[in-house]
Amino acid sequence: MPSLEINGARHELDADPQMPLLWALRDLAGLTGTKYGCGKALCGACTVHLDGSPVRACVTPLAAAAGRRVTTIEGLPADGSHPVQRAWVELDVVQCGYCQSGQVMSAVALLASIPAPTDADIDAAMRGNLCRCGTYQRIRAAIKRAAELLEAPR
Amino acid sequence: MSARSAGRDGAHTSRRMFIAGSGVVATGLLVPWYFAGRGGRVAGGLLADRGPGLSPNAFVRVAPDDSVTVWLANSEMGQGIFTSLTQILGEELDVDPRRIRVEFAPVDAAFNHPAMPMQFTGGSTSTSSGYERLRKAGATARAMLLAVAARRWGVAADSLETADGQVMGARRRAKYGELAQEAGALAPPSEVRLKDPADFRYIGRPLRRLDSLPKVTGRAQFGIDVIRADMAHAAIARAPTFGGGVRAVDDRATRAIPGVLGVQRIAAGVAVLATNTWAAQRGRDALVIDWAPASGSDLSSNDLRERYQALLREPGAIAKSAGDAPAVLAGGMRAIDVEYELPYLAHACMEPLNCVAHVTGDACEIWTGTQMQTTDRAAAARLLGMAPEKVQVHTTFLGGGFGRRGNPRADFVLEAVELSKAAGRPVKVTWSREDDMRGGWYRPCGLSRVRAAIDSDGLPVAWHHVIASQSVLRGSPFEGLIGDGKPDPTVAEGAADMPWAIPNLRVEVHEASSPVPVQWWRSVGHSHTGFVVNGVLDELAQLGGRDPLQLRQALLAGKPRHLAVLNAAARRAHWGQPQAPGHHLGIALQESFGSIVAQVAEVSVEGGAVRVHRMTCAIDCGFAVNPAGVIAQMESAVVFGLSAALHGEIGIERGGAVQSNFDDYPLLRIDEMPFVDTILVASDGPMGGAGEPGVPPVAPAVASAVFAATGRRIRRLPISSAP
Repeated sequence: MPSLEINGARHELDADPQMPLLWALRDLAGLTGTKYGCGKALCGACTVHLDGSPVRACVTPLAAAAGRRVTTIEGLPADGSHPVQRAWVELDVVQCGYCQSGQVMSAVALLASIPAPTDADIDAAMRGNLCRCGTYQRIRAAIKRAAELLEAPR
Repeated sequence: MSARSAGRDGAHTSRRMFIAGSGVVATGLLVPWYFAGRGGRVAGGLLADRGPGLSPNAFVRVAPDDSVTVWLANSEMGQGIFTSLTQILGEELDVDPRRIRVEFAPVDAAFNHPAMPMQFTGGSTSTSSGYERLRKAGATARAMLLAVAARRWGVAADSLETADGQVMGARRRAKYGELAQEAGALAPPSEVRLKDPADFRYIGRPLRRLDSLPKVTGRAQFGIDVIRADMAHAAIARAPTFGGGVRAVDDRATRAIPGVLGVQRIAAGVAVLATNTWAAQRGRDALVIDWAPASGSDLSSNDLRERYQALLREPGAIAKSAGDAPAVLAGGMRAIDVEYELPYLAHACMEPLNCVAHVTGDACEIWTGTQMQTTDRAAAARLLGMAPEKVQVHTTFLGGGFGRRGNPRADFVLEAVELSKAAGRPVKVTWSREDDMRGGWYRPCGLSRVRAAIDSDGLPVAWHHVIASQSVLRGSPFEGLIGDGKPDPTVAEGAADMPWAIPNLRVEVHEASSPVPVQWWRSVGHSHTGFVVNGVLDELAQLGGRDPLQLRQALLAGKPRHLAVLNAAARRAHWGQPQAPGHHLGIALQESFGSIVAQVAEVSVEGGAVRVHRMTCAIDCGFAVNPAGVIAQMESAVVFGLSAALHGEIGIERGGAVQSNFDDYPLLRIDEMPFVDTILVASDGPMGGAGEPGVPPVAPAVASAVFAATGRRIRRLPISSAP
């Protein structure tokens, strides 16, 4: 029975260790903010962090997450106060919103490793996240805006 | 004013707009579907459930706790109506839209589209169809609150003012919530005065989206996120060929998988129910099914192409006939005879199709992101042998729609209903990406043949356009939009009613048959005709030695709105001026869904690879309720159009779809994203749409630029497939 730390809380999940983390989060832990899009790490909708690094939960077996820190979109502030969330709201990034949990998680991970990303950095970090509504232009701008917000003294 | 009169007046407004506009619902108001008054009827019980306070119509409630709620008849699928419709209500109610609670409406005749006896989201009509009725709904509630304040204070109502949820007199003020209960006891006034647009505080000004916070915190609920107590998860094995069936099933391996609850044959195929989605999917994959192929199960895209090519040589049903194009074409002027081809396309919403249903003895509840609540409910009721009123539809956010979530057969809804009835518990059906991609209901493929001639000045004088494609309206709830003996107007839209001044124009349609089911896809027929008509214009410009922009200008004389849009895009993109080394421009314009959009693509081609650097987009949509939302829709449409232009194709082999996921059906990614520069061109035209009209010009503008760069004419999409 895999034991996971999800958003700071310990979860004992009664599940096959080969079950993808995505379905354990959604169907067993009831954390539906992480989305299913393709099941093959082609779209990024299921992006979560394992020990702070972005992974595609749809191809990450529970066994690989055991004993590690899992952070999902629900692990970001519920009031939207994270600089990435603030930038997303300020620049009206979302449309249908389905891919945005994954977009936000990828962007948070990018800014944690590269505080002032170039366009090339953004392309490399975000090209795995599809958006059918086509919000890419605003995602790029919002990542740059979030970088400013992160740098600004609180 | 009652909700009844709001609905009726809204219908009249929409009729004017639709007649002025074009596109699928534009064709729309065709009389058989018009039932005056039904748009506003409030069914019994709808308002009774609202709790205390003021709810004079279906759309609004002001509660004693000072909260204000709006009920949206339309579904939010990214296009921004969550914001624009709330903005409209807030304007006339005088409440800041940012503090209005938003609910998706239950199915009720009160929420029917003003132009149709059903609740649906499509045709880029949500904001225009909601405009008048939500203004009246807000103004009615406001007038009743004013009346209560006037009575309490012993003053005339017209001596009072309102601002952001308060009534203000000379010395006193009251929050709406303090007045709501008393106002709720009044009879709604029979007439209300709407604001002078010059006094608007919210409408017409950019407003940030109201649904951002739930969507950046993971709290927004999509259909796929619905969880009910004791719910089973289902995955369905569907026939690999369109129309195929099941001969035999061996489910022994499936039943051995932990978590699998059962296997059920249903109309859609063979379903596996389990305690979680993964077990259901594994169980589905472990089924051994002997499929019964449908007739025509050896069908391929090549077969369809040959069939359609043969049709193009035959006369079709007349969609438009002005002058005598065939006679002029026989006159020996300089002419072209060209064929254009577009493939089937999947909607590929990021949220795969899904539905939760719970059938109990005499009732049914459905939770899903749908674009067609009324017909989904009717289909479920028919399947269950229940009255429609026994079926409740709870609309969630839609993780993309683009037309797919308004299925004429309620396909993704009925299978969940059928399974829940059989299982006696709530069931969630989740389509895999492969199910979604291979499940049909595509944008139709199509071929067009155009013969066109120019005069000695290089101006087109005759245009004979024959289209072979499947009808999306036949067999759908919208079939009544097709005139007697006429072809499906959506096949020819954008060609039959093209804005270009062509004295002899003939458009013919062959409604082709194919076992592949088809459906409306963002911009419908315009997604074909925008490409073909603009492509032919470019070919005629070349034949006559004219510049593509200059020819278009010449053909739009007397159409100032179109010319303004065309010129705005060309000017902003520096048409006719030197570009960056290796960069080339192409231009296209299409009028659709009541709006006019022109785009200029800036493209380079290196080693055969097309790179789009910038898209300049000008739109005249008449009056924009939320200009920020219109700009966002233009950016969205450019990406949607580029995915189709550069990559999109569903091929058919052995009776089924070739593609299955995002590796073989690629969508545009951020590293291919051009900069999109949008210009809103102001006009006093009627309110048009925003969700769809930005799509049709994308592919032809890019194709035009590729020709400028390479001399290669693109007559087949996607561009990557062109010979």
